[in-house]
Amino acid sequence: MDSLPVMVGKRLVFGVVTLIAISLMIAVGVELLPGDLAQAILGQSATPETVAAFRRELGLDLPWYTRYITWLGNFMTGDMGTSLANKREISELIGTRLGNTIFLAASAAIVAVPLAVFLGMMAALYRETLFDKMISMTTLSTISFPEFFVAYILIVLLSVQWSVFPSISNIAPDMPLGRKLYAVALPALTLILVVVAHMMRMTRAAIISLMMSPYIEMARLKGIKRSRIIIHHAFPNALSPVINVIVLNLAYLVVGVVVVEVVFVYPGLGQLLVDSVSKRDLPVVQASGLIFAGTYVLLNLTADVLSILANPRLRHPK
Amino acid sequence: MQGLRIEGFQEERWQEIVKGVDVELDRGRVLGLIGESGAGKSTIGIASMGFCRPGCRITGGSITFDGLELTSSNDENLRQLRGVRISYVAQSAAASFNPAHRLIAQYVEAPVQHGVMDMSQAESQGKRLYKRLDLPDPENIGNRYPHQVSGGQLQRAMVAMAMACKPDLIVFDEPTTALDVTTQIEVLAAIKDAIRELNTAAIYISHDLAVVAQVSDRIMVLRYGEMVEIGDARAMIAAPREDYTRALLSVRKVREDKVHHAEEGDTLLEVRDVSASYGGPGGVPVLEDITLDLTRCNTIAVVGESGSGKSTLARAITGLLPPTKGSIVFEGKELPPSFKQRDKEMLRRLQMIYQMPDVALNPRQTVQQVLGRPLSFYFGMEGKAQRERVVELLEQIELNARYLDRFPSELSGGEKQRVCIARALAAKPDMIICDEVTSALDQLVADGILRLLQRLQNELKVSYLFITHDLATVKAISDEIVVMLNGRVVEHGPRDVILSPPYHEYTELLLASVPEMDPDWLDNLLHTRAGARLREGPISEQLT
Repeated sequence: MDSLPVMVGKRLVFGVVTLIAISLMIAVGVELLPGDLAQAILGQSATPETVAAFRRELGLDLPWYTRYITWLGNFMTGDMGTSLANKREISELIGTRLGNTIFLAASAAIVAVPLAVFLGMMAALYRETLFDKMISMTTLSTISFPEFFVAYILIVLLSVQWSVFPSISNIAPDMPLGRKLYAVALPALTLILVVVAHMMRMTRAAIISLMMSPYIEMARLKGIKRSRIIIHHAFPNALSPVINVIVLNLAYLVVGVVVVEVVFVYPGLGQLLVDSVSKRDLPVVQASGLIFAGTYVLLNLTADVLSILANPRLRHPK
Repeated sequence: MQGLRIEGFQEERWQEIVKGVDVELDRGRVLGLIGESGAGKSTIGIASMGFCRPGCRITGGSITFDGLELTSSNDENLRQLRGVRISYVAQSAAASFNPAHRLIAQYVEAPVQHGVMDMSQAESQGKRLYKRLDLPDPENIGNRYPHQVSGGQLQRAMVAMAMACKPDLIVFDEPTTALDVTTQIEVLAAIKDAIRELNTAAIYISHDLAVVAQVSDRIMVLRYGEMVEIGDARAMIAAPREDYTRALLSVRKVREDKVHHAEEGDTLLEVRDVSASYGGPGGVPVLEDITLDLTRCNTIAVVGESGSGKSTLARAITGLLPPTKGSIVFEGKELPPSFKQRDKEMLRRLQMIYQMPDVALNPRQTVQQVLGRPLSFYFGMEGKAQRERVVELLEQIELNARYLDRFPSELSGGEKQRVCIARALAAKPDMIICDEVTSALDQLVADGILRLLQRLQNELKVSYLFITHDLATVKAISDEIVVMLNGRVVEHGPRDVILSPPYHEYTELLLASVPEMDPDWLDNLLHTRAGARLREGPISEQLT
């Protein structure tokens, strides 16, 4: 077993390798798409000469790997390049969008994670009771519906029927926090409904699988209350699997929100990605793809570190 | 307990595992429950706390504790009783301490949660008890996590934990079974002190009659969930009434006669200056300069406590852990260090049998498949020939063709180990390494296995390297003995030389630590060992 800094260092190196592989795959993937940017911008009526000239101007006449290597070199030095479609700086374009996406993800996570862990513990405590079955059924139903379906149901109920929340989540950087939260209420609620089930079921399963262990029997034979056994004896030992599922879901909240952002016309990174793909705007696609991948790598690293910290054997070596 | 009946859910149906047992225990007395696995002794032990393991249910009889009927009490009443008036000491302290919390936090939990005393009172009492039970650094040891202390210390910490609320009854469930003999003595002494000084009643569960004899006033022998006999401990040891008890008393005295004797100079395996370490060269050294010779048709027993490196020696010989230094020579030919570089013929001639037959057999393979695999792997034997050979192998291990299509789950522990032996035999090996092959088995079953191994040696002239921590096994089967301590050989020689005076210092310690049937053995031993060491006053004073 490596020491913690060594392990983190190794994972970081693997993470960078993964990111480079992913950027390469994105580049190849976009190259394989039919049509091109110049044609798309200039429209059907453009003459072949104009298209060719425009392609030269954008650098699209170069082979894809030359463009990829130039782009990678620039990216390493911090220059994300400019959008091919509207010539804006990509870093600036992505910056606000990423901020919005993280804001939405964070609002959902702050409610979803504690709620899921709490429900998981309660379900383990009242296992096989009506309460447990109700929770399981509800969370399983919400996870089984496609996100857009949950989103539209929420819109129909909470915005059309009762007009509690807006159905379009338009936020601007200068809005006060309260109004921002109000604006993202529905997309956040949609995400919560989708992610709670996973985390809650994992918490429940992890705790229940520990309930057969000898130290739980020991605690019971010491006459400890059942609630204390679950919270104090089982949960600390169930942390490792629970942390992994939580982090996977956090990653999902950041990168998996494309559909939800589109439904609620939310100005996040997912929308930008969808727009850029349809416009063949390669630099933007690559940059946002890398950010998504980077989020995954970083969050998984966090999960590994937290799992180690949750294990007393590794935290307190002999 | 009156006419206690408990059922367990096994093989898709409810089966009675305790069949109407009566137990009566007076205040301050110790009852020993003894029997083989499946006798229901553990189930009876925890039933005295009104507790049933998941998958079990009490179906009849009554359990009365100090006038209170436990079978009809509600959960809350039982909860308030447990940990305060009745407490429990489990077999494996390593598994029964919560790995996530410090020892002292687990010690104070029962007294604080039950409102017997506050946190600081409980902590200082805990430290006094740790001191009383001879734990090192009693002031600070409680701040450690369970994985940071040794097995024997952990077991004593659990005895301390059970004493925290000064209970009227402590249930000891095989508290020393998982320990080395030398460690077992420390824990037994701690338990005996605890019982004597607290004047608590106790139920002491064990499969080892000699251990039970040290602590109990009365002994109850159980078999298949029924009582075989009960009586005063001394009287029972001196004059058992039932055959079964006599069998328990006489285990491991038998030895199948050895027919072939090793011929001088017919060396099969030489281990020359072998060192090995985990984590590659520069890692933790586990073996240092081991040298030994195994003659054909001979049995060498490698004895040592846990951590002495005896299993690592087996791994080094088989090539699972390539040695960092030295060489393994088989019939004059030096073997490649790693099993990956050895050819099939070499692999065939050196087989291994493991401690846990449960884990060593693939649960999804039938006996036929388990035994057929080496036959087709080494000899290309398939179809009818293979089947006939498998039946022959089964007969060699005293089973028969009826077992062919059974899965490991349909076999008893002893039968599983026999199948493992047959698997090793299937390769027609010259040498078998037996790694603690009887440790996980009941004594009578283990005896059968030892006899079988000796018979097979007589018939097949196979050599054994027998790894064990159990000196009784060594006495029964070995020709030569290698005593190991901390990765080194401390003594090596013919059995009769090693096991008769003058002893090597460490061998003597090991020998003296093996419990004897004499109920005064522990007291005498402690008396001799402690010499003039002063006792630090009765435990009850430290508890106030």
